[in-house]
Amino acid sequence: MDAFIHISSSLFLLIGSFLCLSGGIGILRFPDFYTRMHAVGVTETLATAMILIGLILYNPDFLVDVKLVIILLMTLFISPTAGHALANAAMLNDKMQKDDNKQNSEVKSSTS
Amino acid sequence: MLIAATLAILVVMIMAIMRVFIGPTLYDRVLAVNMFGTKTVLLISLLGFVMGRPEFLDIAIVYSLINFISVIGVLRYSDHFIFKQSGQSKK
Repeated sequence: MDAFIHISSSLFLLIGSFLCLSGGIGILRFPDFYTRMHAVGVTETLATAMILIGLILYNPDFLVDVKLVIILLMTLFISPTAGHALANAAMLNDKMQKDDNKQNSEVKSSTS
Repeated sequence: MLIAATLAILVVMIMAIMRVFIGPTLYDRVLAVNMFGTKTVLLISLLGFVMGRPEFLDIAIVYSLINFISVIGVLRYSDHFIFKQSGQSKK
């Protein structure tokens, strides 16, 4: 039983590290802001959950487990909220810039 | 396995800080800083177990809250006029 818990903890940590690395490669290599946002947002919650579950399986102390569960819940609530706020602000900024460009081109075409 | 996960998270943090430096727009930088903060929380909790002192988890809890507040604060100020102008000139 002990060996089983140890192996499963190592497996969770390994999967979490792999997901973290794929998110890092995604944030470096994707071409657009929204695709980068997709890479980070998809991997962030899952990788954090995997690594924290691995740590929960790794240690036997109850109070430390409670703290890890608090960190896990907080990350699962905070990360999508921050991602949504970021995407919303970026989309509003994009839309405003497009409107500005359209107005500028209309002004140019009307003056010429 | 703990040390391997710590090294992987360090590599990812280096990648995120590279995106902070080369990011074309403001929002890329905010996204990379947010990712950096989340990975810092993971790094603090992993290093606590590697060094045998799990009391570091309190610092990790506080750091995740500060990270959220900082991202929301920067986004509130990004509605300001100056940021819009600088984002436009970078594109």
